[in-house]
Amino acid sequence: MTLHTPGHTPDSLAATVPDGALLALPPDNSLPSVALARALIRRGAKNLRLLGVPVSGFATDLLIGAGCVAEVETSAVSLGEAGFAPRFSAALKAGTIKVRDATCPAIHSMLQATEKGIPFMALRGLIGSDILRNRPDWRVVPNPMGDGVSDPIVLLPALSPDVALIHGVMADEAGNVWVGRRRECATLAHASKRVLATVERLVQGDMLEDERLAPGLISGTYIEAVAVAERGAWPVALLDEYAFDAAHVAEYARLAKTEAGFAEYLARYVFNTRAQAAAE
Amino acid sequence: MTIKLEERLAATLARLILDPAAPPARHIAVGAASPIPAAACWLVKKQGHPVRLSLLHKRSGNPFSEGSRELFDLTGQGRIDLFFLGGGQIDGQANLNLVGTGEWPGTGVRFPGSFGSAFMYFMTPRTILFREEHSPRVLVPKVDNISAPGVSEPGVFRRGTAQALVTGKCVFSFHPDQARFSLASIHPGETIETIRAATGFDFDVADDVPQTPDPTEAELALLRGPICDEMLETYPEFCARVFGRPSDGRRPEGAGGLNRPASTKDFAA
Repeated sequence: MTLHTPGHTPDSLAATVPDGALLALPPDNSLPSVALARALIRRGAKNLRLLGVPVSGFATDLLIGAGCVAEVETSAVSLGEAGFAPRFSAALKAGTIKVRDATCPAIHSMLQATEKGIPFMALRGLIGSDILRNRPDWRVVPNPMGDGVSDPIVLLPALSPDVALIHGVMADEAGNVWVGRRRECATLAHASKRVLATVERLVQGDMLEDERLAPGLISGTYIEAVAVAERGAWPVALLDEYAFDAAHVAEYARLAKTEAGFAEYLARYVFNTRAQAAAE
Repeated sequence: MTIKLEERLAATLARLILDPAAPPARHIAVGAASPIPAAACWLVKKQGHPVRLSLLHKRSGNPFSEGSRELFDLTGQGRIDLFFLGGGQIDGQANLNLVGTGEWPGTGVRFPGSFGSAFMYFMTPRTILFREEHSPRVLVPKVDNISAPGVSEPGVFRRGTAQALVTGKCVFSFHPDQARFSLASIHPGETIETIRAATGFDFDVADDVPQTPDPTEAELALLRGPICDEMLETYPEFCARVFGRPSDGRRPEGAGGLNRPASTKDFAA
């Protein structure tokens, strides 16, 4: 696959994500590709394992409600001002998803371990929390650099998502994607096996040659493919490009309280691609 | 204008931030959906105290340039002095449950999740616990699940614990050596008996528990004027409900009673 060949669409990118993939999504304030989440629902993806980096929001609730998800690892799932995530809560209660709770800096640290190519990172805190008690993959060891005084510390294994879904503001001819100050998206991209990105627009040239844009880039080295999806983060915010659509998310929260209401939402906003194209 | 509970709580939190017995608060971070703690921090700052505020969910002017991990990196180093935490359940040992009730991971009522609490509670020199709802379902004898423990075993690295728990009914002080709360002050309209009835955990009560003081005229003027200005973009509904400020940002006649020229910011939202 080559970078942003004109033929790419969110649906063509979603077609390359296998069922069962470990799929990483940034939270609602940090550039998730909601357009790709909608495309995954249209393609009928199954058994996805979602990773919230470091928490989860609208796109995660949508994918869970649509039956695409087997597992969620995250530090929290919420719709922000619109309250608890209804399909996540219902699926947890029904036992149809497995939930692995974490804490925000642990997820950042596990991705940073992969970014550095090392097997684990150490993290303070956590000892005495039930989060740790329910994470057999996290270990407590004596600080090996300590001075003999008791100093237990938690080790977290490196974590490498199969695919990261990011919505950037723009991509250039060199395949770089601009995400501004949301540098956790860069860490996520560095740590993921594949990055599929949607963007608002394509620009000419190579943004790495612009000193003012370069610090906000994910280098094309890490990006597998880009598709244009205008308003592809909608209904969540995209930096200073557009605001969180609180009225729409409130409507979603209301409909998604029931399975029937959720199905109505999907029909109206996910499967009805004409309406969706108008919204994006 | 009568004093609103939110204004009393903001002024109360501001006094706790400035408590001379507590470690200094040079850099405070405030998380999402926390308008009252944010108002308290602005009150401290607008009173002229040198404090750096990092408001995490400001839409414009996010305080960090390295993404959300920068908060945790700063806190890991000890560069964040004070953080606010709450909980779906809080118990008498200041354990916090943000995961849910029933069996892990919240098979009863699932809350959103622990966010950064399992790290922040250990790594900030002090935490102020804030939960407006003061009821037996929130303030429980023992939390069903521990997101973040109130105290730690000797030998576990920990910079601080809860300083206090502020609710819609009272202020509790926390004593980490005993892992117990004591009643510090009671908001108007409450008694020791009403507080006992609304609290699921046991706590200590001194012979003479004062009433939580009213905010001063100067504090109210700051809250209703320049602090509302600062908060309008992030918390428009809060500003409308508590300060009576319409979302176009114009101050209603006489609000705040401030004799200072309007800045362009007053009308920017």
